Amino acid sequence: MKAQLVKMKSQVQKLNRSTRSNVITIGVIVIAYTICMSMIKAGNMSNLLQNLLVAMCYYAIMAVSLNLTVGILGQLSLGHAGFMCIGAFTGAFFSKIMVGTIDNVLIRFTLAILIGAAMAGLFGVLIGIVVLRLRGDYLAIVTLAFGEIIKNVLNVLYIGYDSRGIHFSVNDTASLNLEEGGMVIIKGAQGISGTPRNSTFTIGVILLILTYLVIVNLINSRSGRAIMAIRDNHIAAESIGIDITKYKILAFSISAALAGVAGVLYSHNIATVQSTKFGYNTSILILVFVVLGGMGNLRGSIIAAILLTVLPEYLRFMRDYRMLIYAIVLIVMMIFNWAPACVNWRKKHSLKGFIDNKIRKKAKEEA
Amino acid sequence: MKKRIFSLLMVVSILMLSLAACGTKEDKADNNKDNKQETQDDGADKFYIGGIGPITGAAAVYGQHVMNAAQIAVDEINAAGGINGALIEYRFEDDVHDPEKAVNAYNTLKDWGMQILMGTVTSNPGKAVKEETHADNMFMLTPSGSAPEVVQYDNAFQVCFTDPNQGKASAVYIADKGLASKVAVIYNSSDVYSTGIYEKFAEEANNQNFEIVSAEAFTDDSNSDFAVQLQKAKDNGAELIFLPIYYEEATLILTQAAAMDFKPLFFGCDGLDGILGVENFDTALAEGVMLLTPFAADAEDEKTQKFVSAYKAAHDGTVPNQFAADSYDAIYIIKAAIEKSGVTPDMSVSDICDGMKDAMTKITVDGLTGAGMTWSASGEVNKDPMAVIIRDGQYTSAD
Amino acid sequence: MSFITYLINGISLGSVYSIIALGYTMVYGIAKMLNFAHGDVIMIGGYIIFTIMSTMGLNPILAVVISIILCTLLGITIEGIAYKPLRRAPSLAVLITAIGVSYLLQNIALLIFGAEAKSFTSVIPIKPISLVGGRITISGETLVTIPLCILIMTGLTIFIKKSKTGRGMIAVSEDKDAAILMGINVNKTIAITFAIGSALAAIASALMFSTYTNLSSTSGAMPGIKAFVAAVFGGIGSIPGAMIGGILLGVIEILSRAYISTQLGDAIVFLILIIVLLVKPTGILGKKIQEKV
Repeated sequence: MKAQLVKMKSQVQKLNRSTRSNVITIGVIVIAYTICMSMIKAGNMSNLLQNLLVAMCYYAIMAVSLNLTVGILGQLSLGHAGFMCIGAFTGAFFSKIMVGTIDNVLIRFTLAILIGAAMAGLFGVLIGIVVLRLRGDYLAIVTLAFGEIIKNVLNVLYIGYDSRGIHFSVNDTASLNLEEGGMVIIKGAQGISGTPRNSTFTIGVILLILTYLVIVNLINSRSGRAIMAIRDNHIAAESIGIDITKYKILAFSISAALAGVAGVLYSHNIATVQSTKFGYNTSILILVFVVLGGMGNLRGSIIAAILLTVLPEYLRFMRDYRMLIYAIVLIVMMIFNWAPACVNWRKKHSLKGFIDNKIRKKAKEEA
Repeated sequence: MKKRIFSLLMVVSILMLSLAACGTKEDKADNNKDNKQETQDDGADKFYIGGIGPITGAAAVYGQHVMNAAQIAVDEINAAGGINGALIEYRFEDDVHDPEKAVNAYNTLKDWGMQILMGTVTSNPGKAVKEETHADNMFMLTPSGSAPEVVQYDNAFQVCFTDPNQGKASAVYIADKGLASKVAVIYNSSDVYSTGIYEKFAEEANNQNFEIVSAEAFTDDSNSDFAVQLQKAKDNGAELIFLPIYYEEATLILTQAAAMDFKPLFFGCDGLDGILGVENFDTALAEGVMLLTPFAADAEDEKTQKFVSAYKAAHDGTVPNQFAADSYDAIYIIKAAIEKSGVTPDMSVSDICDGMKDAMTKITVDGLTGAGMTWSASGEVNKDPMAVIIRDGQYTSAD
Repeated sequence: MSFITYLINGISLGSVYSIIALGYTMVYGIAKMLNFAHGDVIMIGGYIIFTIMSTMGLNPILAVVISIILCTLLGITIEGIAYKPLRRAPSLAVLITAIGVSYLLQNIALLIFGAEAKSFTSVIPIKPISLVGGRITISGETLVTIPLCILIMTGLTIFIKKSKTGRGMIAVSEDKDAAILMGINVNKTIAITFAIGSALAAIASALMFSTYTNLSSTSGAMPGIKAFVAAVFGGIGSIPGAMIGGILLGVIEILSRAYISTQLGDAIVFLILIIVLLVKPTGILGKKIQEKV
């Protein structure tokens, strides 16, 4: 019996380090969720924070999914918001058409999420095939270009719906030639308004955990190891027979599909969505989350996304200086997190370093 | 691992921060309540009016004018003893012209204790916030959010004209006065205001005696070079260019048209108001520009003069634009609706809203942006647009 | 005839992109970082000239000179405070810091100069010239920008190829560690690069705002991005490439607006960029880097 226990203990200890870390991450998310829900129940949470909870979820999903491209695949993408845009519009479009047809909110919303993700994933594959042969800053600029193209095209796109089916136009509402009683769903610069507000914190958290699991599973799979091999040295990877194009597109399209999920969550959270929201500024904002949280570090991405979503709101008391302080905080955090001098300083002064030192000293003394 | 500890520390600190923030907020709310109760004893309670608009980012100028002008109106009312004896507490939050941030701003104001919303300044954020005010049944009066969707629900009202109204009025005016038979349009296809006016204008043009010879767009991302748009208008022989856009881009269009020696008549909507106030702009270029606007900063009447001089004094010489005027009026409209309905600050948000939205259809307000403004239950304002023409660097009445 | 007019307009717009792209490519080529704040340094330069010239009423040339000096100082300061500590950090970390600096500059400008748009007075006194009986006009700004662009391009190329500092820059861009071994002060070299880049930004601001006279705190952002695209288009790091990329971008932008769609002008520009990069993955004049295992 005792032997068995010892064996089990050692097994747990041997448990893959990354698995343990994942269990911790999901555990923390669940605990945070429970705390938040009980606070809402008890009425202790401010309206602002309650409202921000869903935003935290979709930004965290965006950050984690971009981390797959930037951190795991090692390709810089500056057009991630474009996929969010596709997801947001597709999901909202579906929900608006189906609002009368499918009454069950849960089924409709689930379908909207799946369709949004599929559409964004499809675009991920298409764009991936085109762009992934480029590398580094050239890839970055091309992804930025695609993001801007998506934004600009949606900005002039008019889609209406009547009994004869769906009508498209790139000019204005009038050229849709809708019948009496037809509905204009996507209205150019005005985007889609009046999307049913189905996003809730619970759904957001579930989707976040799912996103996390999808990516973690990918990383730990054979494909994931291939993807990381490409990141570390693509020539070496190619020479041992890894199909570089295939794995790059795989990672890129999964990342795009997950961004689509975040987009659906976004458009069903605030009831109105315009393409101007998804320009390079938003892409860069997401990239900030990833870099601040640490490239390849999923947990870090989630934390950074939450932190930087909440921060500008809690800086409101600074009035006109709010965005100024935000910029300064961003610069300082980057330097603190990444500057070699700061990294060394942190190593010396961190709790772990302190304990390590103590242990080493003690070991020395004993010796 | 060190990284992890560091990030954990960060999380802990942010949690502490947010909890602390929550804590202080609750304290404040309690304080407010205490204050309210104390002040109630003196018979002077306070209305909490919030405002939402962009005060940073590319659209900052509109939000700042609204914020400042409303402050002037609030100060005047408070100095004169408030509304039915109740003073106004006023706070304005930034939305960076983004629907998502606007909802955050709305919730921040709700946490502060807002009872009446004077916002939003721009239309896109308004479309998101109207869902929130509708759910909470909070009274909402937008000074300048001109898309018809903003006032979709019965708790929302507008001070400005809706975009379709302006588009139609412009087309009718151009036709009635026989200003031109060939008209070109330059509009901003990434802007709700501009596309809203343009669409209705184009629709109405079919019923009028002029023809649209070219309709070219630009976007927020390429709003500095208008050579193509102007050249097309010129090649098509346009006698009048309709500009349903804001004045910043209009200054560039006027400059570039002058550079290419193209001198059609320029006609705009209320977004062009402010063009003479652009610092260092050569106003000779704007000579003869016509605009349909409810407000002109150098109107002769006493009310406008008083407001403009107060604004200039408070903000080192800045001339208030039409947004400022709408916002100044908005506060007085709220005052009129409160007085008419007799709501009091101790009532619930929903009760105040019910009282005020009923009163809105009964009041008539003389403001900076129109005399005898009335409202229909749909939330849209009834007032007369005023045609203004720029002569010798001054806005003058065109009629 | 209108085609020629459009072409001239395109070259005029492109020459503005070129001169911004020169600063971009200079910094990228040497320091290997995308300086996202470059566009905002241009905006600050514009405000400095505006303040000196229109508010204080001094001579335009003096205003430009002061603006060049102040922007150079600003560039060195930004580099020293925000980028230098991250010299050995991953390049993405520096990119994000640059974005932080960009936000910072925009918000500082908003606080100091306010949100009101300002109308810039051209610093170029040359009158536009008319050709073919007045049907084609070339503005004075274009007449100045293009020769100036070529002059700067040649000057920079000679400076980098011939001078000691310039060759030090090449060494730093090739291999920082080897450059140190050769006795090159890497920090100083990069600081000089930023100084030159920012001085170019000041010149670009004078020319850009003379052509497109609207000045506000965000007016540097989009030209900055477009110039970045232009620099990549021409082959980032290549100085003649920046100029060619800029002109081409401007011409393509105007022509696609003129003949395809005014609404989708930007989308078409980006689409052509993608096609060019797919055909020639390192841009028009970019060097192909042979990778070794």
